[in-house]
Amino acid sequence: MAAAIYLNVAVSGVLTGLVYGLMALGLSVIFGVVRVVNFAHGEMMTIAMYLAIVLFGAFGLDPLLMLVPIAGVLFVLGYALQAGLINPFINRPEHSQFILLVAVALIIVNLLLIVFGPDARNVQTSYAFDSFLVGPLIVDATKVYAGAASLLVAGALFVFFRFAPVGKAIRACADNYTGALVVGLDVKRLYALTFGIGAACVGAAGSILVLLFDVTPALGPSLTLLAFIIVITGGLGSMPGALLGGVLIGLTEAMAGLLFTPSAKSMFSFGLLVLVLLFRPQGILGKRLSW
Amino acid sequence: MIRTLPIDSARPGITRRGFAAGAGAAGLLAGSAPLRLARAQGAPLKVGVLLPRSGAQAGIGQDCQRGVELAPAIFKQLGLPQLEIMNADTETNVEVARTRAEKLIGDGAQLLVGAFDSGQTTAIAQVAEQKGIPFVINIAAAPPITEQGYKFVFRNFPTAPMILRDAFANQKEIFAATGTAPKSVVFMHVNDTFGTSMQKGISAVMPKFDMPYKVVETISYDPTARDLSVEVAKAKATGADALLMVSRLNDAILITRELVKQRWSPMAVLSMGPGWYEDQYLKTLGKLSDGPLSFVPWYDPNKRLSKVLEAALAKAYPDINLNTNHVFTFEALLVAADAYKRARSSDPKALADAIRTTNITDNVSIGPGIQFDAKGQNDKLKDAAIQNRGGKLLTVAPQAAGNAKPELPMRPYDKRG
Amino acid sequence: MVKTLLEGVSRRGLVLLALLLAALVAAPWLANDYLLTVLIIILYFAYTGQAWNVMMGFAGQLSLGHALYVGLGAYTAAALYVHVGIGPWLGLPVAIAIAAAAGAAIGFLAFRFGVGGIYFAILTIAFAEFARIGFDHFGWVGASSGFFLPVANYSRDDLWNLRGDPTMFYYVMLALTAAAFVLCHLLLKSRVGYYWRAIREDETAARSLGIDTFRYKMYAVVISAGMTAVAGVFFAFYYNNLFPEQVFHISRSIELILPAIIGGVGTLFGPVIGAFLLTGLSETMQELLTRLGLDVPGAKQVFYGICLLAVVLALPEGIWPWLARKLGVTEQRP
Repeated sequence: MAAAIYLNVAVSGVLTGLVYGLMALGLSVIFGVVRVVNFAHGEMMTIAMYLAIVLFGAFGLDPLLMLVPIAGVLFVLGYALQAGLINPFINRPEHSQFILLVAVALIIVNLLLIVFGPDARNVQTSYAFDSFLVGPLIVDATKVYAGAASLLVAGALFVFFRFAPVGKAIRACADNYTGALVVGLDVKRLYALTFGIGAACVGAAGSILVLLFDVTPALGPSLTLLAFIIVITGGLGSMPGALLGGVLIGLTEAMAGLLFTPSAKSMFSFGLLVLVLLFRPQGILGKRLSW
Repeated sequence: MIRTLPIDSARPGITRRGFAAGAGAAGLLAGSAPLRLARAQGAPLKVGVLLPRSGAQAGIGQDCQRGVELAPAIFKQLGLPQLEIMNADTETNVEVARTRAEKLIGDGAQLLVGAFDSGQTTAIAQVAEQKGIPFVINIAAAPPITEQGYKFVFRNFPTAPMILRDAFANQKEIFAATGTAPKSVVFMHVNDTFGTSMQKGISAVMPKFDMPYKVVETISYDPTARDLSVEVAKAKATGADALLMVSRLNDAILITRELVKQRWSPMAVLSMGPGWYEDQYLKTLGKLSDGPLSFVPWYDPNKRLSKVLEAALAKAYPDINLNTNHVFTFEALLVAADAYKRARSSDPKALADAIRTTNITDNVSIGPGIQFDAKGQNDKLKDAAIQNRGGKLLTVAPQAAGNAKPELPMRPYDKRG
Repeated sequence: MVKTLLEGVSRRGLVLLALLLAALVAAPWLANDYLLTVLIIILYFAYTGQAWNVMMGFAGQLSLGHALYVGLGAYTAAALYVHVGIGPWLGLPVAIAIAAAAGAAIGFLAFRFGVGGIYFAILTIAFAEFARIGFDHFGWVGASSGFFLPVANYSRDDLWNLRGDPTMFYYVMLALTAAAFVLCHLLLKSRVGYYWRAIREDETAARSLGIDTFRYKMYAVVISAGMTAVAGVFFAFYYNNLFPEQVFHISRSIELILPAIIGGVGTLFGPVIGAFLLTGLSETMQELLTRLGLDVPGAKQVFYGICLLAVVLALPEGIWPWLARKLGVTEQRP
């Protein structure tokens, strides 16, 4: 019995962690290239979650299938945000970028409140209450689908950056800004593209997340914070790092909840973050940055 | 440089000019003018209503507001004087609550009502006390609020120890009526103001009741938790018969989902707070929402005014069940209107004196009616036990205020078709 | 000292400064209670903005977790008052010491291990959040059910115990804000101030000039944390109730630093102007929406956000540098 509960909690933690990882991936991609920390990250994700809920409510479309179009919508949003608003701030100090994105976040949260009201919304899929019995293990079906979808999206993104010409150009931009300019890359457009891709990632994560969490307008800021913890633990700017960070945080919170008092479990993820920052400031899989 | 502050737009003279256009002019004078004059002109009492309608508590604040909306029409039927409601949003923030209270009083509010949350309520209470403006609390359970020796603060809502006292009494009544009782429970509570007040109270109140069950483990969890699978796994592993809960709405839904997924059907869910009876809970979970018992401040379904309020809500919001938020916000306004009628004056001191001698028996909540003790607390309030059955909320205890028999044990989640 | 204070300020600037001060001193006679409450909030944010500015504006260390120091100051003074019976003015040094020690610990860890820039900012958030959850479980000060200071209807002001009507709190806050202003002015003129600015502009260069950057960054954190704790003590005795979710929350940290950034980072008048503008804006907007009958929860915050956007887009340096030029008073951005 005792062993079973540890195993159960660990599996659940890892599966949730995969989704956390995907959630943080968008933040990491944007920072890795554009060097802007998106403080409106979680708020953008709540937009995606509400989109998924509207589509499900109106047409009964499963969020896992709607992942692609929602990612598309968020791509456009991200592209526009970078091209229209953030671009002049690329070389401004961090606190300037911070205020800009905090303002964007404030607007998003309250527009959502006006449009959707304050009550929590969710989707009721046919498999919402299913679970698999594997020996002593009871595995939440939704979490399995969500974890698998997260891996798939992360894999697709990985392939894109590794093999697609645009993906390679973006990586060039990230590695050597001046060099990219010299070889004639349109950096401004590539930055907007990157922000779009990061946002698309957020969109995909949001449509998966809506299966696990109920959404309220006020959810945004806490998702932003969670994404920060994950990304910095794993390594800001590193894609595998984000996934690893997600799994680590998911697992840490689950185990801390089991072994200590659950209301204090996020203390352990903050503790992990502090440790990582002190002993490996670039994150577990991050490259040392020069500042 | 001080010009950057929009003093002009906020100066009271100008604000008051705005009110002079309406019926407010008489009310403005009423503080000093002979009492009858104000009444003769039929000036409505200006009541400032402070609720957290945006920010983290937006959902509850907006739900409370429904109780405000229903009041005027019903007061008219009751022959009570009209109220001029001045709404203010506290944005779930203590500072904003305080500023808005000052603003309302500056704009001529003669009585304040609010504010759901204990922290915001405390901030408003200080302003009201300083200004000598009566403040009727709709909902806030932290005991210290009425322990400060305030003269102008009144609370028609039970404190945490009162809620617990009634919860245990009603549980025993139900166990006796059904002949079933759990031998052990896990106590799960949300770690917020209300949750910890209740948790502290339990150790003091429970021994007095000789309950049939033991609390085998206490699990506290984060109010903003997005995933409660670990908490439920931990609770399940204790092998307890039933769940004793103090929660909010979202966590109640999350816990129920996890109970189903982790294939654990406790004999009973005994909730001593919000969440398990709320509309959102019933709507979201459908058949799975049946069964939990909530031990909460509630309305007496047999009282005349309850039926009136229920009908009014059904007309305005057909798919919303009457709940604690509507009832106690409505009753706070009822206290205000009743006091205004008896005081025949909008003078704050006269109003406060009138509230102190309140004795409303034609009311909604359970118990003999609305009265306040020396501390400004309605200590006669009784809580009910309600059970979700078929999407409806039935009052199952105390018997005097009941309209159905309790069902225990709960039907297992996997046998609901 | 007076000479150092007035050095480099134009005559016009002096006149404007004197007028502002006179208006603020006279405010309780001119303003009603509501306006006075708003002014208290404005001064509170002007003060905390000034304190934050020492760290960010002067020494270039971005802290996004200043709510930590407010909270530590507030809880220390409140606990001493409630549990030990020590009044706020005696509790103040203890509160400052505890917050400064926390600042020193964070600074030491971060600067020793070379954590800087946005990483440092996130570290400060992490510590504030850590404290929030910690205090949620700290039973001695009420945990998450809140910590209440005893209040009664005071017939007269008791400055020693900080119990009284808003006018008293107003003057206390005004005095604190003025003191912070003077202190920051002196700091900027001091040797430390020059070292800070050198670090802010280029830390590597500063180090190569022989400045002990670690030590001076530590000074900045410790002074800033200690100053912020004073605001915390005020907060505790003014509001009389403390909830970890309210006091330590990240949204509080953001609120604390908005005025300084909007007003102008690194300037002395920036936090003051920023506080006036933002709080004034918020209140005007509320009034305007009420008049228009637009009682939509959230609408105010949307407009507020749009105004923030407009300001950062139009005046990236902040309002004060631009306004100072317009008014013909130069405060050379130090």
